Amino acid sequence: MTLQDINNLPDFTITCEGDNTLTVTDVFCCDMLSLAMSKGIEHAAWVTVMGGVNTLAVLRLTEMSCIILAEGVKPDDVMKQKALEEGIAVFTTDLSVFRAALKIHEALS
Amino acid sequence: MTNSTELLYVISGEDFASAGEASTSFKNELKKLNVSPEVIRRASIAMYEGEINMVIHAYGGTARVTVDDKDIKIVLADNGPGIEDVEKAMQAGYSTATDGIRDLGFGAGMGLPNMKKYSDEMTIETHEGEGTTVTMIVHREPEVS
Repeated sequence: MTLQDINNLPDFTITCEGDNTLTVTDVFCCDMLSLAMSKGIEHAAWVTVMGGVNTLAVLRLTEMSCIILAEGVKPDDVMKQKALEEGIAVFTTDLSVFRAALKIHEALS
Repeated sequence: MTNSTELLYVISGEDFASAGEASTSFKNELKKLNVSPEVIRRASIAMYEGEINMVIHAYGGTARVTVDDKDIKIVLADNGPGIEDVEKAMQAGYSTATDGIRDLGFGAGMGLPNMKKYSDEMTIETHEGEGTTVTMIVHREPEVS
């Protein structure tokens, strides 16, 4: 599926636009950036509550496809600005990390 | 003749907004040099952890990278406080990071352990009050035993 498909899911709101044609092949959940750095899955949708600029750095390095901020977390201003500059897609949702990941997983299957 | 590429990155201390930029640039350079994806992944993780350590603990520093046909060599040098107990610092889960740093998603005590795990060779030279130099080598091809 693509980022556009996530955009079409009812519980997810696009906060920073990325390349909507980018492919998503998996879902990954983690809040510790060191762990995400070593375990992040290429082309995954990354569900986290870490709405800071360092999350973007880890996403770039691991080549995951987008960030989904769960639990009602919003990106801070620096993250938002940098994500827009770099064309990294950031979604927000009020769902829990688990429920958000489950929705993506279901959409993938 | 061996081809060799030298790269230098200056890393700002406590500048979390730009933390990771050196590692991203480094990763892009490795791609241009046709390094294999798995080696890029390992070297980038090692570099990122080193970069973050310098931002968190050492007021920044420099990363000097040499890429030749055989190896990627990363030398991270800082003028920070030094590592008080290297043996402890190498233990997974041990961290001296503050609560503020942990709130940013760092300080899991995986920095040095990950650097060792994802490089083929690693040495640490540290002097209290003077700084730390970490040298990591990642082989471009697996060694044949």
